[in-house]
Amino acid sequence: MPGKNISEDLINAIGTESSPLENDIEKGAIRRFAEAIEDSNPIYTDENYAKKLNYRNIVAPPTFLRSVNSNPLPENIKSPYSAIVDGGSLWEYFEPVCAGDIITTKTKLQDVFDRDGRLGNMIFIVRITSYTNQKSELVATQTTTSITYEPKEN
Amino acid sequence: MNQNLYLEDISADMEIPTIKKDPTTQQLVKYAGASGDFYQIHYDMDYAKNNGLPGVILHGALKNAFLAQLLTDWIGPLGKLNKLEVQYKGMDLPGVPLYAKGNVNEISSDGTINCEIWLEKEDGVKTTVGKAVITLPSKN
Repeated sequence: MPGKNISEDLINAIGTESSPLENDIEKGAIRRFAEAIEDSNPIYTDENYAKKLNYRNIVAPPTFLRSVNSNPLPENIKSPYSAIVDGGSLWEYFEPVCAGDIITTKTKLQDVFDRDGRLGNMIFIVRITSYTNQKSELVATQTTTSITYEPKEN
Repeated sequence: MNQNLYLEDISADMEIPTIKKDPTTQQLVKYAGASGDFYQIHYDMDYAKNNGLPGVILHGALKNAFLAQLLTDWIGPLGKLNKLEVQYKGMDLPGVPLYAKGNVNEISSDGTINCEIWLEKEDGVKTTVGKAVITLPSKN
């Protein structure tokens, strides 16, 4: 029966938000991220090039915000299953993120539901994180879907 | 990747130039460090197998980054990526090349361009699918 493994506490927690967390966007972190994803676009590494394009400093790659922390949701907001895979992301971008920015994150539990599939019963946890810069501009939101399941040995 | 792309260059159904990515176990470790995602299924073989996986697998977010690069390489420095949506349909293993591909679906009257994007293996299997919305400057 769908929903049988989702506790009432988890359902009631939908809408809960984490406390805000400030993050300094460091030039070195952007460069290391661009190097890790093997994207050689100079806008991520070359300050002069970025400034010629009217950015205040090197620009963060679109998914760099993945590396920017948020405070966790309260401890009781978690799946009864210990294994987790990433189901996907939806990004909306409003303003660029550059080195030197201060980005404040907040994460909200948006939805919880379950489905039966290849990994057995899976509980989907949907969270939305907002990213706001030092000028109080909302720069991006990311909606993520985590798929949790009971681990089985191969 | 430095060339400019303009609204006038785009037509519905046109293909986005494919990019090839060659993920390795080393890249997974670099990505773990750069992103702060230290979940062991991405670098610890025994841990991955005990979690029902065939081996260490790519971070979904790394595949997301590949699809972002597909778009940013194509639209150049003047284009804007407004929306990027990805769904992971299959697991990807290091050592298996991935091709990031896409098509223009629709150009709205307000100038926003809707695209379909995906990652495909050499055998044509799509392991990640998604959508994107971009805007481009006009030559006029």
